[in-house]
Amino acid sequence: MADQNESIPAQEQAAAQDPAAQQNAQLLALLHRLFGEAAFTDVEQPYGLLTATTTREQIHGIIEGLQKDEELQLNFLTTMCGMHFPEKKDQELGMVYHLHSLTRNIRLRLKIFFPIADPVAPTLTDLYSAANWMEREAFDFYGIIFPGHPNLIRILNVEDMDYHPMRKEYALEDGTREDKTDLFFGR
Amino acid sequence: MAVNDTLEGTHKIIESAREQESRINPLAPTVNDFNQELTTLNLGPTHPATHGIFQNILQMDGERIISGVPTIGYIHRAFEKIAERRPFYQITPLTDRMNYCSSPINNMGWHMTVEKLLGVEVPKRAQYIRVILMELARITDHLICNGILGVDTGAFTGFLYLMDEREKVYEIYEEVSGARLTTNMGRVGGMERDFSDVAIAKLRAWLKTFPAVMREFEAMFNRNRIFMDRIVDVGAISAERALNYGFTGPNLRAAGVDYDVRVMNPYSSYQDFDFEIPVGTKGDTYDRFMVRNEEIWQSLRIIEQALENLPQGPYHADAPHFYLPPKQAVYQNMEALIYHFKIVMGEIDAPVGEVYHSVEGGNGELGFYLVSDGGRTPYRLHFRRPCFIYYQAYTEMVVGQTLSDAIVTLSSMNVIAGELDA
Repeated sequence: MADQNESIPAQEQAAAQDPAAQQNAQLLALLHRLFGEAAFTDVEQPYGLLTATTTREQIHGIIEGLQKDEELQLNFLTTMCGMHFPEKKDQELGMVYHLHSLTRNIRLRLKIFFPIADPVAPTLTDLYSAANWMEREAFDFYGIIFPGHPNLIRILNVEDMDYHPMRKEYALEDGTREDKTDLFFGR
Repeated sequence: MAVNDTLEGTHKIIESAREQESRINPLAPTVNDFNQELTTLNLGPTHPATHGIFQNILQMDGERIISGVPTIGYIHRAFEKIAERRPFYQITPLTDRMNYCSSPINNMGWHMTVEKLLGVEVPKRAQYIRVILMELARITDHLICNGILGVDTGAFTGFLYLMDEREKVYEIYEEVSGARLTTNMGRVGGMERDFSDVAIAKLRAWLKTFPAVMREFEAMFNRNRIFMDRIVDVGAISAERALNYGFTGPNLRAAGVDYDVRVMNPYSSYQDFDFEIPVGTKGDTYDRFMVRNEEIWQSLRIIEQALENLPQGPYHADAPHFYLPPKQAVYQNMEALIYHFKIVMGEIDAPVGEVYHSVEGGNGELGFYLVSDGGRTPYRLHFRRPCFIYYQAYTEMVVGQTLSDAIVTLSSMNVIAGELDA
């Protein structure tokens, strides 16, 4: 939070020069007005795309509000995917949502993080039909469970697989191989 | 006699009830029908009309589809996992194999994402060359899709005409990159090599001959009675549902939404070119076919403009830390050898950050979400594959239609298995 407070004047300076930053500042102000300032932490603008972290309790309400908001019309779910950060204590797993307003050409990236012991995230299938397979993919690769999803089964891997392969603890290749070394190449 | 009369009356009542039922709900089980049997039909995984390996388990009443369950993942190669262990250049071959009908678009999209992350400025000439190659790739993608839609409706000739043209485009790829299908084109910061005179000559010759073939193809299909009977009003989807399903590209434009990444978020100097976005009205198979045809013409326009105004100058950025030097230079000077070694060994120091970049692929918005932790490989790479997202809608589009409608709907959606499963 301290970093965020320090970076606010810098953000304002950047906003004065860069139209994308200006748009993002307006978008952030709108988000704060709609959902309150406490809803978003770690607000950044990597490469001009407004990124904010929120909580899994609020994410469904926020995305629903953005979908129905007539001023923003952030009503296109570009993509969502899971993430895994093993070193973050109690924030190991995450979901990243990319929203896009096709009428105003605004993009927004939202993230949520939650512990790996409790890998539950709210489903968006009631808002976007597109979320169905994306959530199944996240479940398949990361083991994130979406209560309320109509058909939460594996999608790309075989049904009887007993682990979630995109998590960082699983090596890419068979660990018993001795003819491949990690020394120089990404193996 | 009297019994017969009564029976006739009963039959009439039953028939009128059935008619009423079918008017209200074509899928409702018919009244008093002891002979109704539902069939479970496996469409795929290796059915020729699926053009790839994915399965649809359809439940059918006669020849009408009542419900369907798509099963995908037969060609899943774990690209996102592999990408976490590979330096940036070694990921290019992975992108080749996603939408293998338009590999250059995937390559360029990936290189643009890395350039965005590294902050590399690409010179104008390289951008124009990229535009030419990307539009060629779009044309080949649409040629395959529309040609095979013809095959699925029973017209093989048009497909052969178009495949001949696709081969000529592949020869141009060969001149530029040495490969035909999985091109592995481009470099971070520009192109691997400049357009040679032979490539330009081949491209100009092809631009002269191709429109006549395309016009012939259109004359054969566009107003063809049999073809239109098969595909008009088949597999329609409304604009609202299409947006909710995350459609992009020609399928969304056929539904009447003029969203095109090239126009909304121009990349690689697309703002310099004058072209139009074809838009359909109903979102049915015929609209998708026509939108793709028109996009081929628009792509030709873009290629001609780019070739006409091709700027002089370097074909790659002056970024030795990221640009893989040409092999000849590696043999001849020391700096190139050192940079070559460092790049191949993955010593590119990428900044920490995350970047999302999308290009207009053959099927829609092809996005790359790259999270970098400063290492030599991406920490997380997610491909936004348009096929994967819009294929969900397939079941909804074909329910209530016949099996042959399901086949042409599948063809016109242009589902590429490699992109679907990654």
